[in-house]
Amino acid sequence: MKWVLVAITVVATALSDLLQSYELKRAGEQSVSARGIARLAGMVVRRRYLILSIVCLAFSFFAFMALVQSQPLSFAVPASAASFILETIAAKLVLGEQVGKRRTAGTLLVLCGIVLLAR
Amino acid sequence: MGCPTWRKAQGCYHQGVDQARTARTYLLVLLFIGLRGFGNLLLAYGTKRLPAMLGVHPAAYLQSMLDPAVAAGIAMLIFSMFTRLALLSVADLSFVLPVTAVGYVLAAVLGRVFLHEDVTAIRWLAAFLIFAGVAVVGSTPQNTTKQAGAQ
Repeated sequence: MKWVLVAITVVATALSDLLQSYELKRAGEQSVSARGIARLAGMVVRRRYLILSIVCLAFSFFAFMALVQSQPLSFAVPASAASFILETIAAKLVLGEQVGKRRTAGTLLVLCGIVLLAR
Repeated sequence: MGCPTWRKAQGCYHQGVDQARTARTYLLVLLFIGLRGFGNLLLAYGTKRLPAMLGVHPAAYLQSMLDPAVAAGIAMLIFSMFTRLALLSVADLSFVLPVTAVGYVLAAVLGRVFLHEDVTAIRWLAAFLIFAGVAVVGSTPQNTTKQAGAQ
């Protein structure tokens, strides 16, 4: 059951992040002041990709909540980081980000760290 | 430091704008990491003391939100979500992902300190790798795509 929960968390997180990144890049620079949060909340209920991203986030959140209840936090958090690979590839292919050698090397170092953290 | 007027024509103005944007980006990164770390900690603490197991029943989740620690954790995670949205508006997803991974180290430290979970030597090595990776990714441009919108 725990790996099913990890899988739901990972796939739903990746989808949510891609949708959010796509929409927010189109929207331009945002802030977290009171007005900025109100503006972001307005965007979340108006833009369909952001609505879809919140649905994915909800799936990811509830799966994570069930995972964190039955497993140690120090397993649940790094295990859900498997979405890293999926998201970095999608960021390059779908969002057109320039994922160069240095960024790839840094991301792989982080990934190794997260895998070690889960041991 | 401000730019003398004569240097603005030489691009100093843009350098200042870039520095301010970088500072704002890293401020959002720090805010997000703190909110996410402590939000997850409160969520773990709250859910572990619940009498019923969380499964597929929505009622169990709704009931769990009556727990003050779970409710506070969820509030912090909601605020962290808005912080991350703001962060994604100024930086690449492939930049945000590894840089905010410092949160995994924070999760291990908070788990050790507050929930008495084990943090072995391997986990400290993992923390070092994550910091090294973040330093490498942090040296790359934060935004490699053109922004269509403007505030």
